[in-house]
Amino acid sequence: MKRKAGTIFTPVFVITGMILLIVLITSLMAEYIAPYDPLQTDSGAIYAKVFTGNHFLGTDGLGRDLFSRLICSARISIFNAILIVVFEVAIGVPIGLLCGYYGGFLDSAITRLFDLLASLPPLLLSFLLIAVLGKGMYTGVIAIGISYIPLTAKMARSMIITEKKALYVEACHSMGMSEGRIIFIHILPNVITTMVSQFTLDIGTAITSMATLSFLGLGVQAPNADWGTLLKDGMENIYNSVSLLVVPAIAILIVTVCINLFSDQIQSYLDPSTRKLPSFKKYMKMLARQERAGRYVNYER
Amino acid sequence: MSEPYICVRNVKKYFPIDDYKFAKAKIQYVHAVDDVSFDINKGEIFGVIGESGSGKSTIGRCILKLVEPDSGEIYVEGREISKLSKKEMNALRPKMQMVFQNPLASFDPKKTLRYSLEENAKIHGIRKEEIDKKIKELMEYISLPEDVLTRYPSGISGGQLQRLALARALMLDPDFILADEPVSALDVSVQANILNLMMDLKNDFGKTILFISHDLTVVKHVCDKVAVVYLGAIMEMGPIKEVYGHVLHPYTEALIAAKPKEHPLEKTEHKLLEGDIPNAIDIPEGCRFAERCAYFKKGLCDNKTPKLKDMGNGHFVACHFPLKNN
Repeated sequence: MKRKAGTIFTPVFVITGMILLIVLITSLMAEYIAPYDPLQTDSGAIYAKVFTGNHFLGTDGLGRDLFSRLICSARISIFNAILIVVFEVAIGVPIGLLCGYYGGFLDSAITRLFDLLASLPPLLLSFLLIAVLGKGMYTGVIAIGISYIPLTAKMARSMIITEKKALYVEACHSMGMSEGRIIFIHILPNVITTMVSQFTLDIGTAITSMATLSFLGLGVQAPNADWGTLLKDGMENIYNSVSLLVVPAIAILIVTVCINLFSDQIQSYLDPSTRKLPSFKKYMKMLARQERAGRYVNYER
Repeated sequence: MSEPYICVRNVKKYFPIDDYKFAKAKIQYVHAVDDVSFDINKGEIFGVIGESGSGKSTIGRCILKLVEPDSGEIYVEGREISKLSKKEMNALRPKMQMVFQNPLASFDPKKTLRYSLEENAKIHGIRKEEIDKKIKELMEYISLPEDVLTRYPSGISGGQLQRLALARALMLDPDFILADEPVSALDVSVQANILNLMMDLKNDFGKTILFISHDLTVVKHVCDKVAVVYLGAIMEMGPIKEVYGHVLHPYTEALIAAKPKEHPLEKTEHKLLEGDIPNAIDIPEGCRFAERCAYFKKGLCDNKTPKLKDMGNGHFVACHFPLKNN
């Protein structure tokens, strides 16, 4: 590994990371934080406005507290997005690795198939899959996950094609290692770091994709709700209360923008040529600390 | 005389360049190795010299079966390796190890050095205590402290890393080591260190080494026998004293003449080589070296390919007009 001379703690990284952390914690502890039960109706406050009365972000047509609904549905939204990315990585990456490593006819066949799938817009592909699998939260997750697989697999494939020509891979061959060991113990750790930023980016896209499905009524079904469902409700009641539409939209916006900026920072950190260095004074202090800890220090910048 | 440890017989390796599966147009080939034969005896250092692109590395890779030769046979201890299955070959690999040109690239950058060293022995089923003992022994041999093993490859210098690469190759006590330009990525001050280790391996432990290099002085210093390779074919081959003392091939002569002078006022007698090594795709008719040769004779050199012939004292040359002057 390259010695980590640069710092990852840039202002953007810290701010977006903190926002994401807050969102994650609130969504995980939603039951304890939410001022009301998200399903509890309040006939005294229907279409309450933002920042009025007892309801921080207002209420919907049934008098349900929007803030409580927002943070309770955040968990479903975020959990689904992570599930989509895990699904995509678990299936796409091994396919890409094996195709890229072995090449040959199977590789050409699978790559052409993925080219074909990638030529469709991912959302259209997931609609197709939902038409086959039926609507619902988990089929939605699987459909979006499948629509993301072609690009992930192609990325993994192209990375391993360059990596398998590396000298250390040949050294592994000369020592008589098994192919599985070479692919998964040696090549994978070397390419995964570059792919990680893409996966974080995909979480942001997955939140919007899943919200789109729910917005169209194909994803999360009542009584469960994610941000897409909230958007749908807001859209239907836009003449009664604008905040019902605007608040979840802003929530999606903030989270996706934060994830994008966050993964940008990770990416530029993983690529040493674009890595931000700390100020010279700070850097020298950092090196001195490392040297005191008995580590090898290279003073070249 | 006992049987040689490694026999290479008529090995050819052509790499296709236009891999059009459907259009069966004329596929062109890079003639990386073209009909090469030589023997390596047990306990000797065999040098292979040549310009870059002459196919010297491919010869080495064929011996370790990292590249499958297109034709020809390679015998290791009397066994033909191209007939061995992958499993049988892997069983043979502990006996044949390799040291690469670029030490930094030949270690996995994400693994600690200890892991890399241990792994080589671990995959061949050697017990943990034995591995630890061996590592201790080898670190002493290459005179590096054992705590450098906790570092990553980028954390230590190239010379130290190349010593560790040698240690990694020695983990399994191999009989044969393929050293593919082991010192050309290092600066001169550390080169000697590696070369002395290599010579110790031969003198003290009787290891057989195939030493690939482009550096004439290094080869002269280290090797017992040498083969001069040009465009994938052997031009001249023999014991080091014979080849350097009684140069027979014009190419070897030119190579030796091109060697940097030890004193700035030293005069060069020979004409330096002109032009580049020809394209390995269209090998010229006749002698490969003809178009750059100072002794070129029209009619013979550009028509007939010279065969490798014995000139006595184990000295072989592939030339129609071997030099006689010295």
